[in-house]
Amino acid sequence: MTAPDKAVGIVLVSHSREVAESVARLAAGLAGGGTLAPVAAAGGTEDGGLGTSSELISAAAASVDRGAGVAVLVDLGSAVLTVKSLLAEGDELPDGTRLVDAPFVEGAVAAVVSASAGADLDAVVAAASEAYTYRKE
Amino acid sequence: MLDADFFRRWMFATTVAVDHEAARLTELDSAIGDADHGSNLQRGFAAVSQILEQESPDTPGGVLTLAGRQLISKVGGASGPLYGTLLRRTGKALGDAAEVSEADLAAALRAGVDAVAALGGAAPGDKTMLDALVPAVDALDGGDLAAARTAAEHGAEATTPLQARRGRASYLGPRSIGHQDPGATSAALLIGALAETAEGSAA
Repeated sequence: MTAPDKAVGIVLVSHSREVAESVARLAAGLAGGGTLAPVAAAGGTEDGGLGTSSELISAAAASVDRGAGVAVLVDLGSAVLTVKSLLAEGDELPDGTRLVDAPFVEGAVAAVVSASAGADLDAVVAAASEAYTYRKE
Repeated sequence: MLDADFFRRWMFATTVAVDHEAARLTELDSAIGDADHGSNLQRGFAAVSQILEQESPDTPGGVLTLAGRQLISKVGGASGPLYGTLLRRTGKALGDAAEVSEADLAAALRAGVDAVAALGGAAPGDKTMLDALVPAVDALDGGDLAAARTAAEHGAEATTPLQARRGRASYLGPRSIGHQDPGATSAALLIGALAETAEGSAA
């Protein structure tokens, strides 16, 4: 599997640095060999505490931007609100950044797998959102 | 008319009020939240005061927009984007005017409150900061800041019997009943600081 030069970037925003980094590793691991789409974790506050940091989110989004858009997946409350307020600001996140309404772990795997396969931003968002439809009982 | 200096003093007065009440806000938040509302807002408004001492925007809108950005960037919890959006949208609604009337402020604050409601998907009665802010902007329509303060305080007190429908407190269901909402309480501090600033200017 090879990602094109302009792969969609994925940002994972959690209240916890460890959760964001672990889910990024899980998703990259399940995306398998070949070229991976760029993935960045933005977890916790800048001092390593639980919470959300707009600085870490902006930096993560910039680091995965290859010009094909950035899909941002989030966990809870302030992570959702912070990304929405950054998007409303207009110039804090790369052009083509989208907040994805998806379950965090399952959505991250779907997003990274599809972006690594060369899917465009709409297809990555759709793949991540579809993870909601997979019922577990 | 209210100038940029008035808005700076409002932000400084809010910083002092939040500092003074931080322990109480955190105590309220420990009942139905995650016990960090006081310390989060304290950190956020300390950063607001600090940047307003370094940079001095020359319009009311500039002061509030800068303050809002600072809150979003420095507060790790949900109160950062919520209060940040409130101040930034209010600031943007005030535009580039060097001085604004109480009526301009009332209209701009309503735009800010509407943006907060849209961001959090909440409405009055959900036991959130909107329960203090919405009555405050309703009372402010006539330009009466003291009436806005009273309305915000009553609105915050009236959250006690409500069941939370937004945020972490909503996970508690009926167990959220009987506790005053910390967000509505801090929103009343913000409006109280506004009235206090106006009284200080008049004296």
